[in-house]
Amino acid sequence: MNGSLEPEAISPRHLDEAYAALADPATRPIAGGTDMMVALAGEFAEPPPRVVNLWRLDALRGITIDGGAVSLGALTTFTQIRQSALCREHLPVLVEAAAAIGAAQIQNRGTLGGNIVNASPAGDTLPVLLALDASFVCGSSFGERTIPAESFWIDYRRTALADHELLLAIRIPLAAGRETRFRKVGTRRAQSISKVVLALSYRDAGPAEPWTAVRLALGSVAATPIRARQTEAALEGRPPTPETADKAAETLAAELDPIDDVRSTTEYRRIVAARVLHRLIREAGGW
Amino acid sequence: MTTYRFTVNAAHVEVEVPGMRRLLDVLREDLALTGTKEGCGEGECGACTVLLDGLAVDACLVPVCQVDGSAVATVEGLATRSAGDAGPVGPVGPGRASSPGRASGTGGLGGLGGLGGLGGLDGLQVAFLETGGAQCGICTPGMLMAAHAYLDAGGGPDHDAIREAIAGNLCRCTGYTKIIEAIALAATRRARSIS
Repeated sequence: MNGSLEPEAISPRHLDEAYAALADPATRPIAGGTDMMVALAGEFAEPPPRVVNLWRLDALRGITIDGGAVSLGALTTFTQIRQSALCREHLPVLVEAAAAIGAAQIQNRGTLGGNIVNASPAGDTLPVLLALDASFVCGSSFGERTIPAESFWIDYRRTALADHELLLAIRIPLAAGRETRFRKVGTRRAQSISKVVLALSYRDAGPAEPWTAVRLALGSVAATPIRARQTEAALEGRPPTPETADKAAETLAAELDPIDDVRSTTEYRRIVAARVLHRLIREAGGW
Repeated sequence: MTTYRFTVNAAHVEVEVPGMRRLLDVLREDLALTGTKEGCGEGECGACTVLLDGLAVDACLVPVCQVDGSAVATVEGLATRSAGDAGPVGPVGPGRASSPGRASGTGGLGGLGGLGGLGGLDGLQVAFLETGGAQCGICTPGMLMAAHAYLDAGGGPDHDAIREAIAGNLCRCTGYTKIIEAIALAATRRARSIS
């Protein structure tokens, strides 16, 4: 590597130092590096002249429950999510998604906050966060604000985060009786970038009872992770019967206008997304 | 340039480099520890796997600024120096560093006459040799380090668990079967020696 691809880095231990460094828009943050190091090595973009290494900011670590929500520090790694007793108990779908990302080496460095801010349409945790009504606590030297997941990814690889802001924590509300399901379709189980990734959540009063508060979110099918609202409406208030599954799958196939790229075709994604949804409803209905 | 201090195979090192230099380049270029290989350079293949504070990481994806104060373990640290091995143990490159490797580990391979000739290799390395877990060898250092993280975390001989542990390491020669057998063998022996 030549020198220009190896920017200097500062490694603050306190948030206010990081905020001060980010006041210069030419300075960009790095968390676990699993996306940014690839971009730098591949020369996909002009390297920033200076980098703020967030790894020493212990304020961005830890998984806690407070105020009826699970709060995860932005630097929480996928390995930490998999190992967290709290996540296993309250957010098994997030644990499942974390286990589907890369393999051990990536899970040991990749962070939940990095997945969110990197804003790839294929980010595997992003549909889960949409389906769970997550919100993101963001901070800067001007103060903090909370942005709901559904208004965070505004365009292809663009977020609502300002250049001088950092993602601090992810809050996921606990909901009694909420069921969640996750499925990733890739070329192989490990290390693959998703062709389709789907997360579903709903509440029910029992296995064959009608679903309420249905959320269906998908990744790798559009410029951003999305919610499939027409399909959610087709599922809302209905029990998980074969008729419901047929109708929901049909609605989803009509609602999606997936991307066509090197990993998959539009048509494949449309069919697979509908079929995966059908299967998740069938599994939930036990038929 | 910034000065970063950390340990490699328990030896203290100090390098003066840009903070975003890859740990892989610091190991290979600045510290002359070329046991760690570069495969894809984008976190897909695992050839550059090293342990960072005990966890398997791709050294191509870790900037050195995130290694400051940490402990790095590379393949050079697996084998102990065997008698008669006069090879260099430390970095010979331009980096200001002090003896990061314990041994090259190749000294014992001269006479492959049974396990007696493998003195100094660690249990995983011996198991790889016995089962034929290495062919061209490019993936081997990374495989060994990923397997080490797995065994150190208490992993056993279960093949599915081993497959998951090395899912981030690609091998184009072996078809994986011999590698999985090697790790299972080492796990079984380790469990036996502990009990």
